[in-house]
Formats: sequence, structure tokens, C-alpha cells
Amino acid sequence: MSETIAFKPESLEQVHKIMARYPEGRQKSALLPVLHIAQKEFGGWLDVPVMDYVAELLSIKPIEVYEVATFYTMFNMKPVGKYVLEVCRTGPCMVCGSEKILDHIRTKLNIKDGQTTEDGMFTLKPAECLGACGYAPMLQLGKFFHENLTIEKVDEILDLCREGQIDLG
Amino acid sequence: MSKKLLLKDAHVEGIRYFETYRKQGGYGAAEKALKMTAEEILEEVKASGLRGRGGAGFPTGMKWSFLAKPEGVPRHLVVNADESEPGTFKDRYLMEFLPHLLIEGMLISSFVLGSNVSYIYIRGEYSWIPDILEEAIEEAKAAGFLGKNILGTGFDCEIYVQRGGGAYICGEETALLESLEGKRGNPRLKPPFPAVKGLWERPTVVNNVESIAAIVPIIDITGAEYAKIGVGRSTGTKLISACGNINKPGVYEIDMTITVEEFIYSDEYCGGIPNGKKLKACIPGGSSVPIVPANLLLKTVNGEPRYMNYESLADGGFATGTMMGSGGFIVLDEDQCIVEHTMTLARFYNHESCGQCTPCREGTGWMYKILKKIEKGEGKMEDIDLLWDIQRKIEGNTICPLGDAAAWPVAAAIRHFRDEFEWHIKNPELSQTQNYGLANYADPIPAAASN
Repeated sequence: MSETIAFKPESLEQVHKIMARYPEGRQKSALLPVLHIAQKEFGGWLDVPVMDYVAELLSIKPIEVYEVATFYTMFNMKPVGKYVLEVCRTGPCMVCGSEKILDHIRTKLNIKDGQTTEDGMFTLKPAECLGACGYAPMLQLGKFFHENLTIEKVDEILDLCREGQIDLG
Repeated sequence: MSKKLLLKDAHVEGIRYFETYRKQGGYGAAEKALKMTAEEILEEVKASGLRGRGGAGFPTGMKWSFLAKPEGVPRHLVVNADESEPGTFKDRYLMEFLPHLLIEGMLISSFVLGSNVSYIYIRGEYSWIPDILEEAIEEAKAAGFLGKNILGTGFDCEIYVQRGGGAYICGEETALLESLEGKRGNPRLKPPFPAVKGLWERPTVVNNVESIAAIVPIIDITGAEYAKIGVGRSTGTKLISACGNINKPGVYEIDMTITVEEFIYSDEYCGGIPNGKKLKACIPGGSSVPIVPANLLLKTVNGEPRYMNYESLADGGFATGTMMGSGGFIVLDEDQCIVEHTMTLARFYNHESCGQCTPCREGTGWMYKILKKIEKGEGKMEDIDLLWDIQRKIEGNTICPLGDAAAWPVAAAIRHFRDEFEWHIKNPELSQTQNYGLANYADPIPAAASN
């Protein structure tokens, strides 16, 4: 385990609080919430030393963390941009024009799905159903949903990101 | 106008907070329930006829009565808030705007089931909602409705929120439990059922958010009164999340006595289809339930009006009818391409397959590739039969129902819209630029449904 990896004291306190929600010996149940905290704190993705650190905290084997982290789509296994644009494209969002929104972002940022802009600012991640079907098309940015999107609204969001005015939660 | 039970106070400003919820009569059902015995409450739930609102529609009271009660072994209630079915967003609405309704329902349910520690497993992408729920839990605890010796009854109950990691499969109850245990969300073989060996091998009941919220009005008005609302075995009210090509998308509470036509076209609900377009098809219960063309959606096989309830929607079985499912109501207008729509759903199920069972892991990807090819105008006529064959080999051959969920949309699309698949194959040059119009269908859209 890398010596330099450690949660901030307030995050560590949160981790211990989460671990206390489960019965003695069942601390592995805290893995998903702790991985969320780790991803947020360590640059938006989970590299091997971070996962090893989480394994040590929860007293489980590193492989138990790797197999979980790679299973769930919310965990990034490679570096991402400062702003990860997750655009839903399933069923209802498709019906309401998500492909146009995706195309616009691809063209405007000159990136393909899964890629990050050269300046490290944006990553585009098409997503499969985010539960905003009635407010489609939509994208998730950090903690929040941006719904009923239009091309103009997307441009506005991208500008706000560049100005550092978007709340990621 | 439908009777409102769950959303009756949804318009009240500040209803998210304990003080306002309490002023509206909130936690009155909990106070009433905690003076009853667990058996008495269970009888009320059984009498209500409440069917699980997550999609399967299994009677909730019966499910609770299956819970094993071995001496000295803790039991758990787990609320399934992993709402990930395309078209379904009703639980999000409940948790976001009426968190105390869920907490109160959980308190009553936990009391019945003897669960001193209950969990809400919520899909990870609803990342702002755990804060709302945790705030509500703290408020309820401060008011003595959670924690130790609740209302002096000697009953202890803690509720915790667990965020998932973005896997649709975790909506399946055993996959959810695996995930809650900190593992990959791979479904378990059943039996044993969670009621016997669930979370950490302890007896566990897993219920949908809406089902648990419905416990509150059931106790408020009694199970017998709840059963009088609705029709037949479709008792009480149901939340429908409506989306797609409609003027007023959103979450509606219905008492299951209205017709599908009324739901789509009346101003009280969806408000019709934008720009005067005609109705082409609908998926009325979330993406996994069979799509139906307009004529079969609005009328039963006997030519009678179809109603928004479990029995009427399923009339005729999968061959002609569809299902209530989770109530995710997706409307498609005449401009929508069925092949493209089916392709996006196939991509979804392929993406979300946990990979544990070969028919699902391989079959969903295979179906997606074929549909993509047909949609791009690169398909062959025999691909349609191949698709049919693949979906047949997935359905019923997997550990969990994700296989069925992936197979049904493809089967229904071919069954009802085969002409459209053939058109894509016969007209590759038009496949990307034109739509297979409504006029090409042998069954005309009923006049009543036309704008």
C-alpha cells in the first residue's frame, strides 16, 4: 500500500460511521459507500493503490475490492476529466432526443464516447438509464441531474463548467 | 379524479420536513400501528390486497407471512430503491418529495417483521437523495419515531441508507442483497429465498419503495377500506411514471379504474401527444414489459376498453396484452422507429447483464448486435428469425428475471412490428433517414385515439 494514500480526517470519520451501520464482522458491506468516498476524494477514479487502501481499511482482500469496483459503472477505472458528462441514452431519453445531445457534445468537445478532452476538463460517458425518463433528455454532472436539456442548455452548462460555476456536490 | 393516498400532501410546501409532515397528520399511522400487535397489522396488510409495486405484483401481506422467525436470529427489512428500469421514476419522486412517508412506512413494516435494523438500498445515481433520506431519518429519530424504545413500546429500530454503484441488476432482490453485503451484484439461486436466508443469511424481506409507502395509508384507513379502492385484485392506488411522447410527463397516482385512453389523452394525466401526432405504441410497465401497438393498447382482445390495472393490461397474456409492471409508462408517437427503440433497450440489457448466466451474457449482446445491424440497414431477412430464436433461448433460462426482461421487448417488437423490421432490411438506403410510417400497418389506429 502506498504510504501517501489516506483519507482526510473528516472522510475517515465518515468511513468509520458507515462501518458501524453493519454487524460485527460484516464491515465488507461498507465497501460501496467507501468506494464512493474514495473516488470523490482521490481524483474521480480508483487506481490500484487507492483500492488497496480501502481493502486495508475494511480488513478485506484487495481482490474483493477490485472485483466490486470493476462491476459497477459508477466507479471509474481510469483517469477522467474534472467534469464527467454522463448522458442518458436509453429508451425514453432516446425518444426525447438524447442522441442529438450526445452528438452535440461529441462535436463541440471533439471527443468520442469515453474520451477526455485534451485539457483534462471534460469526459463524455453515455449512460444507460439514469431514472430521469420524465424529464428527458438529461445528463448527470457530479451529484446532480440536469434535465429537459436543449442544445442551448448544454452549451450553457459547458460554459459554466469552464467558469468553475457548476456545483458537483 | 383518482383518489390520492400517497401523493395527497405532495403539493404542501415543506412536506419533505418532519414538522410539516407531522402537521399534515404524518406518523399518525405509526402511532396507531405501534398500539396494535404485529399480527393485527399483518392482517390489515393482507386485507388491503396490496400487491408489490416493484413490478412483480406479488401480494405484500403474503410475502411478509413467509418470513422465517428462528429464535435469536435478527431479521431485516430492506427497501429496494434501486429504481433502474427505463421508464420508471416514481420511487425517486416519493423519496425526493415525501421521504417521511417512506420512513413511516418502514417503521411500521419493521415493527411487523421484527426488524431492528432496516436498510434502504438506493441506486447510486440518485446521489442527492440519500442526503434527503438521512436528514428525514435524523428528524424522525429526534422526534422519537426511530432509535431506542420507540414511543415507549420497547421496540428499537434504526434505518440506514446504502448507495449502490450503478448496476440495474441490483434491483433484483438477491443481487441487491449481495451488493448490500459488499459484493458484485450477482443474483443468487433460489431457494433459499430471502425470507429464509437473506441479508447475511438472516431472514429478510425486500420490498419496493412504493409498497412500503403504501403501508401508511393502509393503516390510516384500514386494509378493508384500501381494498375498496381500485378494482378486482388491483386494489388501492398505483403510481404511474409517464414519459416519452406526451404533453405532460410526470408521476401520477391513479386508482386503477381509469382507461388507458383516458390516461394518455385527458388533461388530468398525460394530456395527449405533442404536435397532434398519432399514438403508435406504448410500453406501459417499464422497459421490460412487452410493447403493444396502439390498437391493442386501447382495447382488449374482446374489443372492450383497456384499463390501467394489473388484470386489464395483462389481458390476453404476452401474446396480445402487456403488464402493469412497475408502472413506467413509455408512450411512442408515429415518428418513433420501433427497431431503433428496441435496439436501445437491447443495448441497455446487454450493458446491465451481470454476466453470470451464459444465455443472458451472450444472448443480450448478440441481440443488440443484430438489432444494430438491422437499424443501420445492414440486416438480412433471416436475422429476424434469428432474433426470435435467441430471445426464446434466453427467456426462462437464467438465474434471475433479467433474461426475461431482455427477451420480452425483442419478442413483442417482432410480434407486433415485424413489418417494420422487414422494411429496414428491404430498404437499407432509407433505414437511417426515414421512418416506417403508421399508414403501413394493417391495423388502423382507432379513431378515438386520433387527435
